[in-house]
Amino acid sequence: MIETLILGFILLLIGLYAMLSQKNIIKIILGFSIADTGVHIIIVSLGYLKGRRAPILDSAVDIANSVKEVVDPIPSALVLTAIVIGLATTALMLVFAAELHKRKASFSIDDYKELKW
Amino acid sequence: MINKLLIIIGIIGMLLILLPILVNFQSPTNLSALAEEYVRGSVNDLKSPNVVTSVVVTYRGLDTLGEVTVLFLATLGVGFLLENKKNKSTQRTVSENIRTTSSFLVSLIMVLGIYIFTHGHLSPGGGFQGGVVIASGFLLLILSDLDFKISHAILRFVESISGLVYVLIGLIGLVLTIGFLNPAILPLGKYGDLFSAGAIPLIYSLIGLKVGSELTNIIATMGSDRSSESVVKEER
Repeated sequence: MIETLILGFILLLIGLYAMLSQKNIIKIILGFSIADTGVHIIIVSLGYLKGRRAPILDSAVDIANSVKEVVDPIPSALVLTAIVIGLATTALMLVFAAELHKRKASFSIDDYKELKW
Repeated sequence: MINKLLIIIGIIGMLLILLPILVNFQSPTNLSALAEEYVRGSVNDLKSPNVVTSVVVTYRGLDTLGEVTVLFLATLGVGFLLENKKNKSTQRTVSENIRTTSSFLVSLIMVLGIYIFTHGHLSPGGGFQGGVVIASGFLLLILSDLDFKISHAILRFVESISGLVYVLIGLIGLVLTIGFLNPAILPLGKYGDLFSAGAIPLIYSLIGLKVGSELTNIIATMGSDRSSESVVKEER
């Protein structure tokens, strides 16, 4: 579906802009989460077929003709795991941020010059 | 100024990378040959109604093993960075309503989580989703009861045993020479039953336990680290 594809691109670019322009570490992590969601929407909309059902072949779907009735299962499977991995990596990033805050009591990346190159 | 210019160049560069996908996009009208094979194979070879589960657990089982490993490493990182400090600095009390309601709700949430991961091959859901639901139940417990302590030893035990059995099930397939992580090591059963689709419900339950215990570990570690919170309180 072209609409959701465009929505995914917009979210991805908003997230990227937030990651590049913000100074606050928490806001950078939020930007990552937004970009992550955008990528999920892009992948799912690439596998969407108009007017078809979810790929669960129970009594509601004609099983003999299932190939013509369901959407592509592969993008759904990829996104399913990507969401959980995204949650875990976001948690790890937040812990890094908390650890940095303990050192200098600041979330601004300007205060961490030793990370600059 | 130069920073802003670089940011704009970066965004435009990303846009140029993405533009071909958008321009060349046509709504597909048919499944790809691979997806067709997965949909047919899920019914005929695996007897699993949920095709997404078949792809995650069987056809791309090795990828799922890798992603569970990524989750494990992230949990390890969280536990390593936030060591469990015994910090008794909570003067906060939780209201009676929240405590009573949550102790009632937690059992329902746990049952829902277990239902979701055992029925992963029949209905929408599976190990990842069920694990997250279980972790959310523990989150409610931690938020409502400040003295609640989860034994990290038990969490680590559940997590490592389920990971080990997951790999062993895969290796049994190799020993029987039908392929790594092939669910046909158990009888396939009748299409649509709870105990069907071979080892798929077993593998997905193990993934559910592993994901649930890992995410609970992350939440419990973050919740027990109240040192920064106490600093905020003193400032007030």
